[in-house]
Amino acid sequence: MNLLFDFTVDKDTATIHITREFAADLDLVWDAFTKSEILDQWMGPKPWRVQTKEMDFREGGRWLYTMVSPENVSSGRWSLAEFVEIQPKSSFTTKNSFSDENGNPLDSNFTFSMTTNAFEAEGEKTVVRIAKKMASLAEMEQFVAMGYKEGFAASMENLDEYIRTLATSK
Amino acid sequence: MRRDIFQAIADPTRRAILVLIAMQAMTPNAIAEHFDGTRQSISKHLRILSECDLLDQKQEGREIFYELKIDKMKEIDIWLDQFRKIMEERFQQLDQLLYTIKNKEK
Repeated sequence: MNLLFDFTVDKDTATIHITREFAADLDLVWDAFTKSEILDQWMGPKPWRVQTKEMDFREGGRWLYTMVSPENVSSGRWSLAEFVEIQPKSSFTTKNSFSDENGNPLDSNFTFSMTTNAFEAEGEKTVVRIAKKMASLAEMEQFVAMGYKEGFAASMENLDEYIRTLATSK
Repeated sequence: MRRDIFQAIADPTRRAILVLIAMQAMTPNAIAEHFDGTRQSISKHLRILSECDLLDQKQEGREIFYELKIDKMKEIDIWLDQFRKIMEERFQQLDQLLYTIKNKEK
């Protein structure tokens, strides 16, 4: 099945817009985005996987997770998604940042992004519209630089890939 | 001598050096402190990275600092492209998972 995938970047507002169709009903897709036992199964960029430490899906609650290698070693990098607003079966907004393993922000002044996920049933499919507003392009630059130290998505392979891309784009 | 960039990343120590200096400019001594190898072997790696055109050198007083030579805006574009790829793969994993869950329910 051909499922719509649209990815655009608005550099003026530092916002990434993603639209994606899924071949499942809204209830199931909603669960896949909001229940940690399902999130853990698809969020990790292979061969890494996401492991949830805490999930409290309610306004004011949070999701704390890390990336785990195929050898079951944590990347040591923890991500925090705080649920700012939830409209059941319709949309939810998270404030995304990085934290230590107990969910204490690494830098309380830095919010990496605010992400809104909106869900809409379309026949037998569900359309998810994601708007990810980055702190700013300047801070994104900082993140990018930081990302290479930590290894974006906690993977050295990404750096290899990155340099390879750089090499071929020359 | 101009080397192929793949040579730069073929070696794990050189990859680690790139990761280190991506964060901040560093002197050869500061870089060497992160590794078990001799100062000479780190110098050799730095020379190879320079020959691959991946390093910029800055003189500050008596010290030489190495930094990663990458255009900032290009970095963002590459990052976005990488992020797009990660999202694509993620959603394909979800497609498979949704398919599995739906079949189980039947």
